[in-house]
Amino acid sequence: MISMFIAMASASTFMPPAATQVAKQLNHLYAFMLISSVISFIILVGGMIYFVYKYKRKTANDKTPYISHNHTLEFIWSFIPFVIFMACFAWGAYIYKEMRTFDENALEINVYGKKWVWEFEYKDGRKITNGVDANGKLEPATMVVPVNTPVKLLLTSVKLSPEDKAVLHSFFVPAFRVKQDALPGRYTALTFTADEKGLFQVFCAEYCGTGHSSMMAKIKVVSKEDFDAWVLGEEAGGAPKEMTLADKGRAAYAKWACIGCHTLDGSPSTGPSWKGLWGNERSFNDGGKAVADENYIRESIMDPNKHVVKGFEPNKMPTFKGMISDEDITAIIEFIKTLK
Amino acid sequence: MAGSGKSYLEGETGLWSWLTSLDHKRIGLLYFFSVAFFFLLGGIFALLIRLELFSPGALFPADMYNRFMTYHGAVMVFFVIIPGIPAILGNFFLPLQIGAKDVAFPRLNLMSWYFLMTAAVMALCTLLLGGVDTGWTFYTPYSISFKPATILMAFAVFIAGFSSILTGLNFIATVHRLRAPGMTMNRMPLFVWAIYSTAILQVLATPVLGITVLLLAMENIFNIGIFDPALGGDPVLFQHFFWFYSHPAVYIMVLPAMGVISELVTTYSRKTIFGYTAIAYSSLAIAAISFLVWGHHMFTSGQSEVAAITFSVLTMLVGVPTAIKLFNWLATLYRGSIQMTTPMLYTLGFMFIFTIGGMTGIYLATIATDIHFHDTYFVVAHFHYVMVGGTLMAIMGGAFHWLPKMVGKMYNESIARMSFVFIFIGFNVTFFPQFVLGNMGMPRRYHDYLPAFESLNKISTIGSWMIGFGFLIALYAIIQAIRSGSPAPMNPWGSKTLEWTTASPPPHENFLTTPTVTAGPYEFK
Ligand code: HEC
Ligand SMILES: [Cu+2]
Ligand SMILES: [Cu+2]
Repeated sequence: MISMFIAMASASTFMPPAATQVAKQLNHLYAFMLISSVISFIILVGGMIYFVYKYKRKTANDKTPYISHNHTLEFIWSFIPFVIFMACFAWGAYIYKEMRTFDENALEINVYGKKWVWEFEYKDGRKITNGVDANGKLEPATMVVPVNTPVKLLLTSVKLSPEDKAVLHSFFVPAFRVKQDALPGRYTALTFTADEKGLFQVFCAEYCGTGHSSMMAKIKVVSKEDFDAWVLGEEAGGAPKEMTLADKGRAAYAKWACIGCHTLDGSPSTGPSWKGLWGNERSFNDGGKAVADENYIRESIMDPNKHVVKGFEPNKMPTFKGMISDEDITAIIEFIKTLK
Repeated sequence: MAGSGKSYLEGETGLWSWLTSLDHKRIGLLYFFSVAFFFLLGGIFALLIRLELFSPGALFPADMYNRFMTYHGAVMVFFVIIPGIPAILGNFFLPLQIGAKDVAFPRLNLMSWYFLMTAAVMALCTLLLGGVDTGWTFYTPYSISFKPATILMAFAVFIAGFSSILTGLNFIATVHRLRAPGMTMNRMPLFVWAIYSTAILQVLATPVLGITVLLLAMENIFNIGIFDPALGGDPVLFQHFFWFYSHPAVYIMVLPAMGVISELVTTYSRKTIFGYTAIAYSSLAIAAISFLVWGHHMFTSGQSEVAAITFSVLTMLVGVPTAIKLFNWLATLYRGSIQMTTPMLYTLGFMFIFTIGGMTGIYLATIATDIHFHDTYFVVAHFHYVMVGGTLMAIMGGAFHWLPKMVGKMYNESIARMSFVFIFIGFNVTFFPQFVLGNMGMPRRYHDYLPAFESLNKISTIGSWMIGFGFLIALYAIIQAIRSGSPAPMNPWGSKTLEWTTASPPPHENFLTTPTVTAGPYEFK
């Protein structure tokens, strides 16, 4: 029993540090799998080596027994692997569920994957991008988050310039055991709760071309007090206060003339009001339904006639595809979230 | 010529007679030479990849490295491992093992080879157009870049797919129509069963690949907007299409290898195979389930949680028939009369490597662990352990096992064994450290890496040189056998399958009198 625990502890030696609860749970599962596979390996390969040694050919016409099958044995060696595989599956699915459970009060940060940098945008409007150090070398962007606080990342992939093409990236934090692809034209989400302070490496795990292997970033986990201080801009790394993300959204609402058809007070105009829109279940003229989340709002802006809200006319709202920037869409979404 | 008894290598000689030959044995050798050439090419790219990764920092520019990585993958997958065993050994031995004179459609068979050659020429031409840097998986939207090289490569893969489909059709028809009298399905050698299951996969899955790459080419040329999000398409849809083919393709690559191993393990244990039916039907089971697991490549792609959980559990189910096979081979060794020839060494090497490859597959089928391992070097190590360690070990074992039959000459046992030692040790030195690198979090397709990953990468690169050297020895052993090997008897290994009841090398018509089969394939009594 004790030796089993020692084995478990050392099984994760080659894993990166585990800085979240999920990562620690995963280490246990990993240790279980490693131990089961070492035992199976010893049975299979050890057995093979033993047989090869024991039943070496002795004479040119050795006789061998005619053994064509054995139902009991065959049942055993199908059933035991089956049980182990199912245990791995269930355990893995359980941890996965934890990984995908989003806390409602999580600190939300928007993450943009660009060729070949990561950018982070906080709700208070603060944007963190790559820096350049004294030697002219690229310094990866560093996301700052408080310890023991659920964080939700909203990822998307954006273009670097109008001629550029947005491609897939994948946000990978080994110490948190999380990974999520960032897709162009869509939002995906990721959550973690770091329970250790420190500086953690972020990689891009989805091949994205020339700069793929240098597309890195850092996550700095600090105490809650340090985080609050950083938010106030007292620490050196903190940028001066700008417009909040929701303010940027309000500005975009006016700039793109959404204001002409969408009210904020609940009264319908040419289009439905945005008040109470967020998280609400929408019904469409064609009988379909959907919950208003990030991807729904994005789709309503880019492809308004795909789903027409019940009681409203199609072809009234123009598409903004190709005009509006990803940053503006994200800001508008944030603005709509505040219109409770 | 009927009944002349002349070997298939005699009679008409000269390049032209080979290029127009309808004899399945000659076509098998045509495939052997072409696949060996592609393997050399893919191998050079592999060595270049490992050279770049020997130390951090750039030896080659990133864009050049990305091309090495793409060509290594595309050449090895589409031109080496997929055609490998079925087209070389299957062509040569499937008809012989069922007592047939040839495959069902000899002309189609030759045409399949020309399709593959056309595809290969197209694939090589992409190098002149600037090269492809999308990785062999062609993920969108990266691959929608309006580069002519990518478009040509898509067509090359399309044509190579046809070669694969036609070969599969041919084998299915051959197995159903041309078995010798008394050769019932349940008396077929397991190699035939494996090639047969593979053929079904080739025929059913490859068209999806064809459609996918065609759509990709169309998207590139006409901007239709299926995969490109900028045009309202869905990039993840491409991944679904791609893996719907490419997961079954994993079994197109490895089922034939399992067939070879089944033959070798009984011959060199001089003992009947344990669980004939279990092995034969687990191939079919694997083939069937393999169509339902593609989503395990996409756990981080943003697919729904329900989908992820379903794909995870289905993938576990494929693990079971695979485990069954390993235990069957092990049980075959039990109380056998084991002869440590080169093919047997490769067989044991296969079992060693494939056990690791199979078990690490469970780490990747389990969702939570896959989230960490996905797209890291753990995956690279895993699929090299199954595809290369599995398929290449089997090709090498099969090649030495059947070489006396193919060329009528014996190889030199000690030189051949030396090739095994280098390939086997080199393989593990190259790829085992990559599991650890994956644990540590090193992503794949990296042209440069953090200093923390350096020592393991160095070991890996040194291993790649050992593999390369091992293959040179193997090549030498084969050339040496052809040039100065002693003449091979009809049945040097004491095998029980039909190909060993005819001359080495076999006559043009395979059997002078059609054999009649009265018992199963492994009656070592
Ligand atoms: C010319 C009028 C008009 C303009 C300008 C307009 N919309 Fe709309 N919008 C509509 C109409 C009409 C609908 C309802 C029909 C539909 O769903 O397409 C709608 C629906 C929507 C919805 C779905 C709302 C729901 O209740 O489910 C969203 C989100 C939305 N618009 C966002 C925007 C944004 C963001 C802008 C500015 C960038 C904008 N709209 C500009 C007319 C407009
Ligand atoms: Cu990348
Ligand atoms: Cu797969």
